[in-house]
Amino acid sequence: MLTDLTIAEARDGLRAKQFTAEALTLEHLHAIEALNPRLNAYLSVGHAQAMEQARAADKALAEGDTRPLLGIPLAIKDLFCTKGVRTTAGSKILMPFVPPYESTVTANLLRDGAVFLGKTNMDEFAMGSSNMTSHYGPVENPWKRRQDPSAVLVPGGSSGGSAAAVAARLAMGATGTDTGGSIRQPASFCGLVGVKPTYGRCSRWGVVAFASSLDHPGPFGRTVRDSAILLGSMAGHDPKDSTSADVAVPDFEAACSRSIKGLRIGVPKEYRSDGMPGEIETLWQQGVAWLRDAGAEIIDVSLPHTKYGLGTYYIIAPAEASSNLARYDGVRFGLRVDGPELRDLYERTRAEGFGAEARRRIMIGTYVLSAGYYDAYYLRAQKVRALILRDFTEAFEKVDALLTPTAPSAAFAQGDKSDDPVTMYLNDVFTVPADLAGVPAASVPGGLDRDGLPLGLQVITRPFDEETMFAVAAALERAAGFAALPTLRAGA
Amino acid sequence: MGYALQGRSGSWEVVVGLEIHAQVISQAKLFSGAATAFGAEPNSQVSFVDAAFPGMLPVLNRVCVEQAVKTGLGLNAAINKVSRFDRKNYFYPDLPPGYQISQYEHPIVGKGEVEIECADGSTKMIGITRLHLEQDAGKSLHDQHPTKSYIDLNRAGVALMEIVSEPDIRSPDEAGAYVRKLRSIMRYLGTCDGNMEEGSLRADVNVSVRQPGEVAYRTRCEIKNVNSVRFVMQAVEAEALRQIDVWESGEEVRQETRLFDSGRGVTRPMRSKEDAHDYRYFPDPDLLPLVLDQAWIDDLKARLPELPDAKKTRFMTEYGLSVYDAGVLVAEQATALFYETVAKGRDPKLAANWVTGDFFAALNSTGRTIDDPPVTAVQLGLLLDLMADKTINGKIAKDVFEAMVETGEDPASIVDRKGLRQVTDTGAIDAAVDKIIAGNQDKVAEYKSGKEKLFGFFVGQVMKAMQGKANPALVNETLKRRLT
Amino acid sequence: MALDPATVRRIATLARIRMDDAEVTTLVGELNTIFGWIEQLNEVDIAGVDPLAGAAHMALKLREDVVNDGGYPEEILFNAPDRNGDFFAVPKVVE
Repeated sequence: MLTDLTIAEARDGLRAKQFTAEALTLEHLHAIEALNPRLNAYLSVGHAQAMEQARAADKALAEGDTRPLLGIPLAIKDLFCTKGVRTTAGSKILMPFVPPYESTVTANLLRDGAVFLGKTNMDEFAMGSSNMTSHYGPVENPWKRRQDPSAVLVPGGSSGGSAAAVAARLAMGATGTDTGGSIRQPASFCGLVGVKPTYGRCSRWGVVAFASSLDHPGPFGRTVRDSAILLGSMAGHDPKDSTSADVAVPDFEAACSRSIKGLRIGVPKEYRSDGMPGEIETLWQQGVAWLRDAGAEIIDVSLPHTKYGLGTYYIIAPAEASSNLARYDGVRFGLRVDGPELRDLYERTRAEGFGAEARRRIMIGTYVLSAGYYDAYYLRAQKVRALILRDFTEAFEKVDALLTPTAPSAAFAQGDKSDDPVTMYLNDVFTVPADLAGVPAASVPGGLDRDGLPLGLQVITRPFDEETMFAVAAALERAAGFAALPTLRAGA
Repeated sequence: MGYALQGRSGSWEVVVGLEIHAQVISQAKLFSGAATAFGAEPNSQVSFVDAAFPGMLPVLNRVCVEQAVKTGLGLNAAINKVSRFDRKNYFYPDLPPGYQISQYEHPIVGKGEVEIECADGSTKMIGITRLHLEQDAGKSLHDQHPTKSYIDLNRAGVALMEIVSEPDIRSPDEAGAYVRKLRSIMRYLGTCDGNMEEGSLRADVNVSVRQPGEVAYRTRCEIKNVNSVRFVMQAVEAEALRQIDVWESGEEVRQETRLFDSGRGVTRPMRSKEDAHDYRYFPDPDLLPLVLDQAWIDDLKARLPELPDAKKTRFMTEYGLSVYDAGVLVAEQATALFYETVAKGRDPKLAANWVTGDFFAALNSTGRTIDDPPVTAVQLGLLLDLMADKTINGKIAKDVFEAMVETGEDPASIVDRKGLRQVTDTGAIDAAVDKIIAGNQDKVAEYKSGKEKLFGFFVGQVMKAMQGKANPALVNETLKRRLT
Repeated sequence: MALDPATVRRIATLARIRMDDAEVTTLVGELNTIFGWIEQLNEVDIAGVDPLAGAAHMALKLREDVVNDGGYPEEILFNAPDRNGDFFAVPKVVE
């Protein structure tokens, strides 16, 4: 089935005229029609637009156009503003919002010929690790437990819809954003490759802001090569974003074929958590062995401030979010709940427009920035953040990459972990430090747990050294030979 | 003693600090590419960034940074090579993002000072605490609809320089002089047009009072958005009187934000600011620290125009002008340039008299401005030349000037056309003098017997007989000879 | 330190989110749990450490002073839930 192809394979197939872009897109649209009502991965599907883009791609292909994503159907997380297409950020407060502009990242993908199938579901304003906080309902993980196939599992979050769509073959690749782990953790839960590049590698212009200093747009792919192809198109300096890095975009795809012989791989002892299943530890050791076999040198390292990452994150992210979300006030766009006075307009609109988790984080953020608490919380957290970065910088003097587990568990069921917010926050323990430090990190599927659920391995490298990250990730991918398929998928 | 207000219990001193908000002269806004021009159709100069649409981000305007640094240099202030932008968080409909991008802990300009000229001619230094860049807010119209306020975001995001003074001001006069001086410096630098009517310069006036001998400051109140120098001065006095009354009634002045009601000449509390704001300042994570290069700052400094104080001093030494005249001529850069054009190669004091006297009067009467004068500096200079070479005398010159104002003609052509050349022909003067003396023998006798004041009568009669065109010095000289 | 209902109400006002008593009570509990967990940051020795605000590797780029945006009032106003001609409309504010 065309939907089983990788992006690299589809690209070759299109160029070799084995099938048309129209056929490729149509097959995906049929698959979405069949499976999305159950998965709820997509919030909106743009049939007409996708077919138009696919037909245009076919025309260009016939003329010998060799753009890297020509005719490739992708899913776009509903956090990216897409011109003329409703963008909700998974929230009620943006339900009526149709952006009059295209985000830089999605414009880059369109520039390179991609076809957009639709916008994917997500935790509201990217706040969550399970996609359960979306106003538009949860997403079902296409993977099922062997022991208990009726349990509905979460795909992870906040980019749950994108992950589920790619895993279920309802898209060949997808965009996501990673602020505390929101690409890597769902990638791990859904058996995908998920990449959080260096901070500033991809522009944030037109991406609905959650936590400005932590938001990283990045790709989902079913293979390392696919995600490298996607990142190559998404990345690039954007003068409209002051935090966009003015550095050239290397050939990420080529880096996937690099040998890792002689590379030094660090294994940080702190990447363990209480109650972490033994299988994850085992997989981690397996990953170390794979890399050693591929010629890398393994070195034990220490990142002593790792355990403070979550606390640091849950001060800084809500603080920035509380300010970024102040613009949702019912005046210029979005939901409006009227009231006799201005104060009523604001309070009612925001009470009704924001879900519980978003309200909770806005409250946390407002509190930690408020008078008397700034030094004790926000300032302190930014200092601990500096120490977390320093841990990485010092480690990278001894090693070229770090290998860790991606998540402290496999995908859990809807309904688990929902009582206590802190329990949910602990999902991000291994992903958060790389967000705080801005260093590139990718999750690669390493294997399955005893329940048949995917487990991911995380590779972290120096700032702007995604090439080494892709090289190591590709080596892991080759060694792991991960070929398992999710139960719920196109054509199954 | 200085300025003091009399209360029921005695004298009171006024302590004033001013926060000036000056709109930066630039084509585009501080963080967006929308235009800044005044008076456009509502919401026609608004970008998605200004309207805080989802996903929009700020990018700093180079010229706004330059303008702030130039202003800082003009205030003899320290330029901070590293400064930072912070968010000031609060909700208001004219503030789309729910926060203002400002500078809190690390402003672009630090301490400086400015010399002001007080009404009595004395000068005083007023300290500048800091200058920082921040976004202006949009405009709310509250009087267009019974139950709704209308919002225009054209002004949202325009660059402002907030200039904070030390609480060194001690009278309404000093407050006025300070605002005028700041305005003058920024107009010279081209960093702000200082147009208070259009709102490009606004003052927040902080006022407290205390009794002589007190060292500490008492509670102050802030009077926001005062938009003329006159109102600043009036607000200072009105608020000081109010506070004195509060203290003398045994109450305490409450710290609050107030507005100046120019119609009634009093201040009143602002209703929308009930509780103290918690602005939750934190560094804007969409921006990075602003780092300035010393060489760039030095280059800006080298290219600054001559500023009012330096120009005034030079006018006094180079042209021998009084401190008052020099002050008047340098208040506006265009006026100073006008004067120097007239004075170049001519009698500078005469030039000063003509510019500050007849020329300024002509501006007033025609309603024209120095940028579009009825008589050019070159023309005025030519008029002075005609006097210097004695073609006309001073009195005729005034008539010629009036004609110049009316017609815009050059003085020489007016003199020719009207036949106003001064008569220096001693023969003609002798004849006229003889005639007057002959016809006024009684007065001649009175004069010779001691009534010296009658000399003026003879001068007047001779001038009248010669239609004012006689050279006065020659007339005097001839009369003196004939009357002894 | 523990949050009380009054503090939660004050924060809700700052954040402009209406909250009923039930939600305030729930939040008091949740926020206290979260802050209790965050307190572990106090263990860290931060003496002499400069805060990191992200994007550690870059210098702030400046924009040229050119008018290249704005001038599309219809698009600016198009999504507005309440507008009057070229203005946004809100309940009247008294100053």
